[in-house]
Amino acid sequence: MSVSVPFRGDRMVRIALTLAATAFVALFLLLPLIAVFVEALSKGVAVFVAALTEPDALAAIKLTLLVAGISVPLNVIFGICAAWAITKFDFPGKSLLITFIDLPFSVSPVVVGLVYVLLFGAQGWFGPWLIEHGIRIIFAVPGIVMATVFVTFPFIARELIPLMAEQGRDDEEAALSLGAGGLQTFLRVTLPNIRWGLLYGVLLCNARAMGEFGAVSVVSGHLRGLTNTMPLHVEILYNEYNFTAAFAVASLLALLALLTLVLKSTLEWKFDYSHGSVRH
Amino acid sequence: MKISGKCLPFTVALLGAALLAGCSGGASRGEAGEGGSKRIEILNVSYDPTRELYEEINPKFQARWKAETGEDVTINMSHGGAGKQARAIMDGLDADVATLALAYDIDEIAEKTPALSKGWQTRLPNNSAPYTSTIVFLVRKGNPKGVSDWNDLIKPGVAVITPNPKTSGGARWNFLAAWAFAKGKYGSDTAAQDFVKKLYAHVPVLDSGARGATTTFAERGIGDVLLTWENEAFLARKELGEDKFDIVVPSLSILAEPPVTVLDGNAKRHGTEKVAEAYLRFLYTPEAQDIIGKNYYRPVDPAAQKKFADVFPKVNLVTVDQAFGGWQAAQKRFFSDGGIFDRIFADGRK
Repeated sequence: MSVSVPFRGDRMVRIALTLAATAFVALFLLLPLIAVFVEALSKGVAVFVAALTEPDALAAIKLTLLVAGISVPLNVIFGICAAWAITKFDFPGKSLLITFIDLPFSVSPVVVGLVYVLLFGAQGWFGPWLIEHGIRIIFAVPGIVMATVFVTFPFIARELIPLMAEQGRDDEEAALSLGAGGLQTFLRVTLPNIRWGLLYGVLLCNARAMGEFGAVSVVSGHLRGLTNTMPLHVEILYNEYNFTAAFAVASLLALLALLTLVLKSTLEWKFDYSHGSVRH
Repeated sequence: MKISGKCLPFTVALLGAALLAGCSGGASRGEAGEGGSKRIEILNVSYDPTRELYEEINPKFQARWKAETGEDVTINMSHGGAGKQARAIMDGLDADVATLALAYDIDEIAEKTPALSKGWQTRLPNNSAPYTSTIVFLVRKGNPKGVSDWNDLIKPGVAVITPNPKTSGGARWNFLAAWAFAKGKYGSDTAAQDFVKKLYAHVPVLDSGARGATTTFAERGIGDVLLTWENEAFLARKELGEDKFDIVVPSLSILAEPPVTVLDGNAKRHGTEKVAEAYLRFLYTPEAQDIIGKNYYRPVDPAAQKKFADVFPKVNLVTVDQAFGGWQAAQKRFFSDGGIFDRIFADGRK
């Protein structure tokens, strides 16, 4: 049988598979998402708005934005450096570095949190020194930022490495041979080449930074209005029988996720387009 | 130049972020207090069910402190399973006061860290417990499984919800109450261990704290009986519907004394010793005792006890000191690594 000739069962298989996939998505993704919004609005818009504008909720939203605002730029710098080093230079231990970048994907976030407690907790390696100098890392914003940076570490680097590997070194070498400096080459050749991929990585990194629960929960200390990020605030509200408010904050997180998805799809489309145009 | 122009805002944002990170690391409560602005902050690290209680007490204390000293005090709260909270304080959660579910967890802090000095429990009246409680059963309306006492919990088909004694103080009180009942009824430690082992074979979910267990039982609808604090049982009924749950008082339970203490080591460092001490002493005043009673904790002040006498059922209570020789002994015997709980739990899952 030739490959291009469809056999009779083909259509049935296709329909069955499509239905199964759709049902799966509806049941496991769409239904919970809808439930979040239904529950959030179950007591009316006024309650919904009140839940989001109450001081502890605002503090949680601000903290989440702050944490994302610090950890995403840090990971942008790291991601570009790592991807640049890996794809434009040859050095020993390169594959080891790539493996390490993937580490946060394979380590449970709870372990990440506990490791930071072990390092910076009062009884940890650096704890006594930190206390002596009045520096608080665990159960304060710096600890939350560090845990988030760790967890979101690979997102941007992983996005850039294949892209930059594919693009090769030709453009940079051309720029350098025409007399451009290192920084100039980066800003005017490399950055434009990778900008859509970079943005895509930033989006994914940001979504994870805002949504991270496990690692942040361990190092947060759960101080109301001080060290609760949005996901932690959702848990607290839920535990206080404040179900509507919990789902209101959860729906805000869901909205952020949806926004990320829309931006991501837009970028994917643009990325394909510009990717083609840049290379030719 | 177009591209580098695009990068400028990004660089600025980055620098800003780095600066912010630096600032948040350096700020501390002590400086804020001494800065002349008369603003003080204290952190109360508490166990799971006290959220509503302190939410009501804190503003009253703030008003009182303001009237007495002219200072504004902010009280920050953190809640969770008592064991977990004690662990966090030991790891450096910079609390000024600890209001936990049982004395052992606070002892541990005094034992292992400079945050608290030993002998803390004698500093405040009534073994440093401004309220007491006990362990009761919360069942579904009409008590469909006919649960009236501890031995009904191990009947076939009864699912029991109780949190993990390793992380939750309430769960440890539950465990000890069950043990005390079985020992009294069946006569020996062996029989008691056998009973408790059977009981935990009826537990489908072990949450990490009392509140988690309550939501498992009440919201997620799992289990037939919730073993919980009396105050938590009353609150669940109030918050989630009196038409949904009934409270069953067993023939014997345990006197739970959740103690409070100023973490003097931390408070000294923050310069908050005075306000922290006043905060805890406030819990013993008639005003606070009234709030305590309203939140279904048993007050220790005789006048308040009289006022709320109708609310609380008469329960036959044993104490940890009588039945188990105090918390140090009980913790070591039952809940330490390799202790009786670990053994029966491992056996039960085989």
